[in-house]
Amino acid sequence: MRQACVDFPIFDARARSLKKAMLGMVGGQIGSNAQKVVVVQALKNIDLDLQHGARVALIGHNGAGKSTLLRLLSGIYEPTAGSTVVTGRVAPVFDLAVGMDQEISGYENIIVRGLFLGMTRVQMEQRLDDIAEFTELGDYLTMPIRTYSTGMKVRLALGVVTSIDPEILLLDEGIGAVDAAFLRKARGRLTDLVGRSGLLVFASHSDELLRDLCDTGVWLERGQILQQGPLEEVLAAYKERYPAPPRRRPGGPPPGRGGLPPNRPGPAPNRPGPPLDGPGGQGVQPPERPDPPPGPGSPQPGPPEPTQPPDPGS
Amino acid sequence: MSAPPRTSTRTFALAVNDLRRGWRQRELWGHLGWQDIRQRYRRSVLGPFWITISMAITAVALGILYAGLFGNPIERQLPYILVGFIVWAFIGSCVTDGAMVFISSEGLIKHLPAPISVHVYRLIWRQILFFGHNMIVYAVMLLVFPQPLTLASLAAIPAFALLVLNGFWAVLLIGIISTRFRDLPPVTQSIVQLMFFLTPIVWIYDDLQKNPAVSSRARLAELNPFLHFLETIRQPLLGEPIVWRHWLIVLAITVVGWSLTLVVMRNYRSRVSYWV
Repeated sequence: MRQACVDFPIFDARARSLKKAMLGMVGGQIGSNAQKVVVVQALKNIDLDLQHGARVALIGHNGAGKSTLLRLLSGIYEPTAGSTVVTGRVAPVFDLAVGMDQEISGYENIIVRGLFLGMTRVQMEQRLDDIAEFTELGDYLTMPIRTYSTGMKVRLALGVVTSIDPEILLLDEGIGAVDAAFLRKARGRLTDLVGRSGLLVFASHSDELLRDLCDTGVWLERGQILQQGPLEEVLAAYKERYPAPPRRRPGGPPPGRGGLPPNRPGPAPNRPGPPLDGPGGQGVQPPERPDPPPGPGSPQPGPPEPTQPPDPGS
Repeated sequence: MSAPPRTSTRTFALAVNDLRRGWRQRELWGHLGWQDIRQRYRRSVLGPFWITISMAITAVALGILYAGLFGNPIERQLPYILVGFIVWAFIGSCVTDGAMVFISSEGLIKHLPAPISVHVYRLIWRQILFFGHNMIVYAVMLLVFPQPLTLASLAAIPAFALLVLNGFWAVLLIGIISTRFRDLPPVTQSIVQLMFFLTPIVWIYDDLQKNPAVSSRARLAELNPFLHFLETIRQPLLGEPIVWRHWLIVLAITVVGWSLTLVVMRNYRSRVSYWV
């Protein structure tokens, strides 16, 4: 590997979505839609130090701040307080559809997506055959991608993403919208990709995928790190808290509004839970549980937390 | 635990660095700028040459119309209007598109980490390409209505460079502010429309100055910054003597504009991804 040593302390990072607050202040046409000045603290006092070789799973229910944390790591958001230091080339894979041009051919889209991910045109041309083979799209690659089905687009995007050599790979959920056979193949490539990259942070609700790719878990809750440690331990603790954790419908978040957490007025608790950096995490297996179907049952906002003082705000 | 180092993201170094990193990604914005144009004319037979053709039609039609209205000879009015329109197309869309530069790239900004200047480079590059297509009309016009071009006409090149340089800060500045205040895009649109009439594009500035009835009021036009940009380019392209006053004002605007924009960049660059 390249010297992808990643030093990553985020001290006292606080990312806030000012969107609503701003609309409230502007007044006029747009402003009248916003009810109040609401400031969302999507992340609060996150301390995280990830080094080269880390395989981190982000766990937490919707709106916990997983996507925001990923964006903070990728440099899309800069912390409103505190600081982040990221060393190495980052490849974020949040939304497979973004940056795709419906009117140009599959081949051209492969090149463009590569450019977006920080590759050069020449590098992408070298990878073109490999990607074409992987996607199994054949002659379709010469057609504009508006003729593609959703699954075909996902194949294309996955083909590109898994062909690059990032130093830091950030994956957000929503890469599971392909047929099973292809997913098996993609998983192999995804594993390869993760092996090539120096550092992985993966946010997902799929325990299977997380177990495949990660060894460390970070449990986010209301923008704070609740627990951090070996994956199985964190997963087990998470399941204990939420016996039937909500599973997000396949397809991921709608484009554009991706990871914006729901507005939750009232401050989150100030102190993060004690990190359970217990030894020997590998041995603990979480109880097997049948996967509930992706039903409409939305996540219950966290029940009272045993490890924390009661939420002072709500 | 020791106190966390409070590194601020609001520095001029980071603002300049954003511009520099944006420049390095020219393969990306170069491609996107072209794609913007090709997109617009995809599946049409003539493709981007529709830019050229529509400019030709506008200039010829308005040239004939205003030559008649003002009683000017067509060989004077038409070249004047044409060059004015070409330059205005650049200025006007820098301002109107500039207001949307970050808003319309919301998806990209939220999903891919890139210096925000990439989106500005893309827009400016697109406008330069538009300008290039429009200059074809100018070249054809030179065949029909030859202008007294001299070596001094080459001054049009640095004049255009200055226009691009100013377009860049204007897009960046307007883009940042209107991402924050969403009422700005419609406001800029009306202003641009108004300025089109207040700028000597269809009417000839010299004629007004010579007309004793309005000459004192015509001086007010000097307050219009667009007039100076327009004149620095139009005078050399039409083989007219160069008036250095316009150049000085343009240079002053460049310095002031960039200083202001760098301050705004320093303070609000990192907020853009939150605001979109």
